[in-house]
Amino acid sequence: MIGRVLPTTVVALILLFLALPIVVVMVVSFSSATYLTFPPPAFSLKWYEAYFGNADWLRPTWLSLWVAAAVVVLSTVLGTLAALGIARLPRALRIIATGLILSPLIVPVIVVAIGIYYAFSRYGLVGSPFGLVLAHTCLAVPFVVTSVSASLAGIDPRLEQAALSLGATPMGTFNQVTLPLIRPGVLVGALFAFITSFDELVVALFLSGSRAITLPRRMWDDLRFQIDPTIAAVSTLTIVLTVILMACAHYLRKRAEQTRMSTSSVAP
Amino acid sequence: MAAELGASVALRDLEKSYDRVAAVAGVSLDIRSGEFLTLLGPSGSGKTTTLMMIAGFETPTGGDIAIDGTSVVGMPPYRRNIGMVFQNYALFPHLTVAENIGFPLKQRGVSKEDRARLVGEALELVHLPGYGGRYPRQLSGGQQQRVALARAIVFKPRLLLMDEPLGALDKQLRENLQLEMRRLHADLGITFIYVTHDQEEALTMSDRIAVMNDGLVAQVGRPEDLYDRPSNRFVASFIGESNFLPAIVRALEDNDVVVAECQGALIRAVCPSRPAAGDKVMLTTRPERLRFTDGAWNSSTPQNRLSVTVTEAVFAGERCRYMLQAGDGTAVVLKEPSSAAIRRRAVGEQAEIAWSVADTILV
Repeated sequence: MIGRVLPTTVVALILLFLALPIVVVMVVSFSSATYLTFPPPAFSLKWYEAYFGNADWLRPTWLSLWVAAAVVVLSTVLGTLAALGIARLPRALRIIATGLILSPLIVPVIVVAIGIYYAFSRYGLVGSPFGLVLAHTCLAVPFVVTSVSASLAGIDPRLEQAALSLGATPMGTFNQVTLPLIRPGVLVGALFAFITSFDELVVALFLSGSRAITLPRRMWDDLRFQIDPTIAAVSTLTIVLTVILMACAHYLRKRAEQTRMSTSSVAP
Repeated sequence: MAAELGASVALRDLEKSYDRVAAVAGVSLDIRSGEFLTLLGPSGSGKTTTLMMIAGFETPTGGDIAIDGTSVVGMPPYRRNIGMVFQNYALFPHLTVAENIGFPLKQRGVSKEDRARLVGEALELVHLPGYGGRYPRQLSGGQQQRVALARAIVFKPRLLLMDEPLGALDKQLRENLQLEMRRLHADLGITFIYVTHDQEEALTMSDRIAVMNDGLVAQVGRPEDLYDRPSNRFVASFIGESNFLPAIVRALEDNDVVVAECQGALIRAVCPSRPAAGDKVMLTTRPERLRFTDGAWNSSTPQNRLSVTVTEAVFAGERCRYMLQAGDGTAVVLKEPSSAAIRRRAVGEQAEIAWSVADTILV
């Protein structure tokens, strides 16, 4: 009995520890109080009204969405192409290339941010949405490459050979065989790219300037200069969006695993 | 004269090395139009690499491949118009059976109606009518292999390559499909190049077999030629079971016959090459072609004889298998069809065995 109860309790406590702050934020977002307090004296939707009625919140939200959308397109195309290229490299080169592409994840983000800030300031890319798109793409590409590479590794290379032997050109092989098979991996990569950009603060702090304010940057400013439960409402909305996207990613991964199983296994 | 249905393939000093290690070390082979040729060899013998070069997935590091007299080295695989069946079928998991079979037709711009008709015909040919709407994962291994076969021939290639296509199937299914492939080969009249490590498969299906070892062709010939007249020790031991008797050449006779001394006895062997007297050689015979001399043995053909001791006797239903020992300890296997009328030998018994000169080969 104890052998089963103890681990269950430990896991439950860990999950509680992780989830509790999120739950508190969500509860506070429905508070009627004008200051951050827990538990809330009464419930209301006024902080959601405050958010949706204020251009100072909506403008950064739209900018974040646009930037994230652009990052998704750029990083998915670049990351997928990179993964395809890497898969065809000899082993030694493959490790080097993967390491280089993953480096934005390895180097502390503040270092990356400072580097990008100095480089971009020379070309007037600070305070421009385009600069944010480029910087976030650097951070998002590793996720796409990782996800697409995993999908590619699960594909029998003979499928591509079969397509070529049947008369499909390399481009036709990619469109009709490779892409449909790695599509779940590409979509998962795209979702992570979106989340990476949409949640990103450190680089945005350096690159937003005074004109290209993203939602995380706006939240940061809000926390520094005034604290009211609007921030809790915004956080809750962001969390909900992220959870939905993560659920999609999870579903796609499951499906990818099934496809992989049906390509590699042979029924007797 | 109408163009022949099957393509001819000529390999000339074909080589493929990886990091200076030769996988294929100079293969020359002429595959005739409409022939069923098998590349047979152990793993690592270069048979699959050779096939992959013909298909265009590997680039030779030396030599030439010509299909119908035209070199195809440097031609990408999708322009070679060669059908190929892969080891694990390589069916597209995201496409239905009909879409899989229609795939090569689609690449060639065949209209949707014609595609449907040709796919239907191909499914009939492999005995899977009505399976078009299923996905590969809903089929058994044998059915998947038939679909792969249909997909490889639906666009009417003149050459079909097969890489151990039956390797993953059980014995019963394998034997059925072997017969079906033979029938298909006869019906289609196109050239088949088949890769396998299974000698029985090679012997039953092929018009000719090229036995490969260490990246080279050890011998090419009809199945019965390889079995009856192995030209070297590797072929003798790789195909079927063989006895090897060390001997010294004493004399040469006419008609390619060599007289060699073995265990103090003089043995005559067939030998197309002409060794010199005094050469140390190896003679080979098949276990089922040896007989005990005191049995019901009468033969007008020239005989070799040898005295032996029985060291092991195994009754295996349709035949008896004896392990024998010659004077100097050389082990000899003898297989005798079982019959209640033939006396079975006991272990330790002295006996004399005999076999035809025609079944004795110098390798």
